[in-house]
Amino acid sequence: MTQSGKRTSLIAAASVLALALGSTAAIAAETIKVGVLHSLSGTMAISETTLKDTVLMLVEEQNKKGGLLGKQLEAVVVDPASDWPLFAEKARELLEVHEVDVIFGNWTSVSRKSVLPVVEELNGMLFYPVQYEGEESSKNVFYTGAAPNQQAIPAVDYLLSEEGGSVRRFVLAGTDYVYPRTTNKILEQYLLDKGIPQDDIMINYTPFGHSEWQTIVSDIKEFGSAGVKTAVVSTINGDANVPFYKELGNQGIAASDIPVIAFSVGEEELSGIDTSPLVGHLAAWNYFMSAEADENDAFIEKWHAFIGDEDRVTNDPMEAHYIGFNMWVKAVESVGTTDVDVVREAMYGITYPNLTGGVAVMNTNHHLTKPVLIGEIQDDGQFETVWQTPKGVIGDAWTDFLPESKNLVADWTQPISCGNFNIKTGDCSGQNY
Amino acid sequence: MPHKLVPLGAAMRRVACLIAVLAAFIAATGLAAASDFEAALGKLTDKSFQVKEQAIAEIATSGDERALPILSALQAGDLYFVRKDKRIVFAEKLDKGFSITDALTGEALGEVKRRAVRKVSINNRLRTALKSAIGSLELFSPDAEARLAAARSMLVAPTADALAMLDRALTAESEPSVREALETARAAVQAQTGPLDARLAAVGVMSGSMNQDVWRVLGKLVEEGGETASEDAKQVALAASAALESIESQKRFYSLLETLFFGISLGAVLLLAAVGLAITFGVMGVINMAHGEMLMLGAYTTFVVQQLMPNAIEYSLFVAIPAAFIVTGAVGILLERSVIRVLYGRPLETLLATFGVSLILQQAVRTIFSPLNQPVITPDWMSGFYEVNGALSLTYNRLYIIAFSLIVFLALLAVLRKTSLGLQMRAVTQNRKMAASMGIRTGWVDAMTFGLGSGIAGIGGVALSQLTNVGPNLGQAYIIDSFLVVVFGGVGNLWGTLVGAMTLGVVNKFIEPFTGAVIAKILVLVFIILFIQRRPRGLFALKGRAVDN
Repeated sequence: MTQSGKRTSLIAAASVLALALGSTAAIAAETIKVGVLHSLSGTMAISETTLKDTVLMLVEEQNKKGGLLGKQLEAVVVDPASDWPLFAEKARELLEVHEVDVIFGNWTSVSRKSVLPVVEELNGMLFYPVQYEGEESSKNVFYTGAAPNQQAIPAVDYLLSEEGGSVRRFVLAGTDYVYPRTTNKILEQYLLDKGIPQDDIMINYTPFGHSEWQTIVSDIKEFGSAGVKTAVVSTINGDANVPFYKELGNQGIAASDIPVIAFSVGEEELSGIDTSPLVGHLAAWNYFMSAEADENDAFIEKWHAFIGDEDRVTNDPMEAHYIGFNMWVKAVESVGTTDVDVVREAMYGITYPNLTGGVAVMNTNHHLTKPVLIGEIQDDGQFETVWQTPKGVIGDAWTDFLPESKNLVADWTQPISCGNFNIKTGDCSGQNY
Repeated sequence: MPHKLVPLGAAMRRVACLIAVLAAFIAATGLAAASDFEAALGKLTDKSFQVKEQAIAEIATSGDERALPILSALQAGDLYFVRKDKRIVFAEKLDKGFSITDALTGEALGEVKRRAVRKVSINNRLRTALKSAIGSLELFSPDAEARLAAARSMLVAPTADALAMLDRALTAESEPSVREALETARAAVQAQTGPLDARLAAVGVMSGSMNQDVWRVLGKLVEEGGETASEDAKQVALAASAALESIESQKRFYSLLETLFFGISLGAVLLLAAVGLAITFGVMGVINMAHGEMLMLGAYTTFVVQQLMPNAIEYSLFVAIPAAFIVTGAVGILLERSVIRVLYGRPLETLLATFGVSLILQQAVRTIFSPLNQPVITPDWMSGFYEVNGALSLTYNRLYIIAFSLIVFLALLAVLRKTSLGLQMRAVTQNRKMAASMGIRTGWVDAMTFGLGSGIAGIGGVALSQLTNVGPNLGQAYIIDSFLVVVFGGVGNLWGTLVGAMTLGVVNKFIEPFTGAVIAKILVLVFIILFIQRRPRGLFALKGRAVDN
């Protein structure tokens, strides 16, 4: 390169820099702020860091398209460090100090419960992307993950069916906290209603991060040798799954003998283990990375480009954020403001293509209509869809299978405008969630 | 003779015609068989699992010699079809796609892109069907071991269709172990239908068996003899439940052995986690909250070693053990020289400082390796299990870890007893001033002791990487347990650590079946609290004047 060439490029670089500086200054003045409330350290970092990156990717993509309402989006990332009370403080910081217009965040139910009073007091808007136990509908939260009837109930229906192996004996194994306990309570009642005797349901809880699975796996083996087709319904959460599946493999339990269907095991969790002994075990989700749809191919491509690693996987909560984010963008564009109350009204009935080829709808109970997929683990750590609901399932905030919530419905439009309306007595309990 | 020739010609023509028809007929039947096979194969590309199940049955009974390789490939997940023309192919995975071979003709079709072909997907129902279909084909394999496996797989889903096949196999079989398996499989089929006498006799054949599949068959018979069942079924159910009860006491004995094995293996894990702490806390009296992170560093060293030698995973653990010892030992010495040295005799400050160090180490690992868990591969020789019988099987990884923990323990004991470093260590911990005045460099010995304890923890981390997740939080899960073991066993006594670890492991595993894992842990904790009330110095208390200081 010649001397003058060098100089021109220098000048060019300087002017680009100046332009960039100028535009950041402009952005700082006029941006729409998107809060990201996911743990970047502590136990939940393993799952939540990916979601933080997903939101950042979605924000970047939207900015490339020219932003929103003529303004650039700006992501405000905070780290609640897997510390549940800190979630509430960080949510307050996002709303009061940074004055964000919307929050994407949380993974565990306990952290969501901790944030609820804050977003309700300050009238924020939270998108919660993870499958959960239901029994909740807050005015200020949109639940883009699956409610029990969008994951647990269809999964058990599949196992009961002839195609799923006509299972008649169930082990409900879970981590000891609110989501597995509530889900298993619902499932136990559902199975009893289906005529499965109490003796054929075994329930087992283990602590977070459990790694001593020998006894439990051996009990499952014993329970399954009684001549009746047996399956395990697993709400085991987080990284405790890895030693659990390893032990299953070590003790020689194949999926064709005793299949395990999991609600918290996705592509991300499997990326840490050799899945060849697990082939045939199942998972129920609303999305699999292997889904055959153009939207999905495009999403995976963008994700790989953004994260700079071809080996990274996509999973169900990422799809939930994808749907939630785009629905919010669509709603804001349609009303021309980010005002929480206005946008909330605009969210109802809004549709957006999901990544599995259908269309997701936001309902007035703040839950999505999504399809339910059952997938089998493959030896490459991916899932192969073996069964799928014929159409989308409407998320049900209050389960119909528990006596205490049977009569409750959530509907945030007039005339009900309540998260827990009792259709028998006709009143709203007054609590917001 | 044209007159005569004509009828002759006509006759010849008629014969030719007949031959042609015959030939066509023969060809047609042959073709029919072949095209049946092809049609059955074609059904595998269908989306419905029911259609595929039919196809598997048709392929298995076709008698075609291509059936076995195709079904085996289907079971292994190596059977694909080309998206364009739905041709069934065997596919071998390459870096960027597949190398495919036509399943019918065996013709090599070259390399294709990943999305050009689609896997013939199967579900668990099909897997079971495949298992018995392949079993029925392999019953006549020349390899005795394949025959034995096939005979056993016939037990998984015994159907009446298999009876004739089993009989044929039995007449041809001479190997006694295979004969026995075949007879059991035959009994499993016979017990289901037919005259009552034969069914009861079949149950008799199965009684006393220590095979889980046989229990499953018997359990099914018991289940079928419910209120609404026929008189025959009820009688069979009665016999089956008697057969199951006859092995009940044996089963109970083996399950006791199994629980004991689980307990000892949990004890071995605790021992590996705690034995390093027995040195730093037990011998030196340093409350090292960063001990868990030493385990974690050992586990991460295993991960790094595996990354560095991806083609020799089988041997990676043998490299990882010394590597982990050196890495964590060095970190331990550094920690002792920089932090702990200045805090000797101030336990509270040591506790806080080392807790801080543990957080720093965790975050460092998070920054270097990402917060995600790292995949550590289990070598093949460590997976699987040794089956004593249907009621008791011992997993290899636990067997190795029990052996490994004992080796580490004995090696450590030897270092303390037989080497001059060990002698100096004991001298310094018993009476520091006296040791110093004898010319021992106490500072150096302190550093070495701490390094040794940390290094042993690193070795423990290598073992833990085979059992649990390798992530930044690995250490936190074991730090409490480690302290429990050391305090319970008696501070300053290695044998106490061994007995303490084993006791806690076995007690935990014996309580667990009754209370569940959560309550079992709590009960063990309560037990230790009460125990420490009675014996503040643990199981094996040191005696003598040194203790009183």
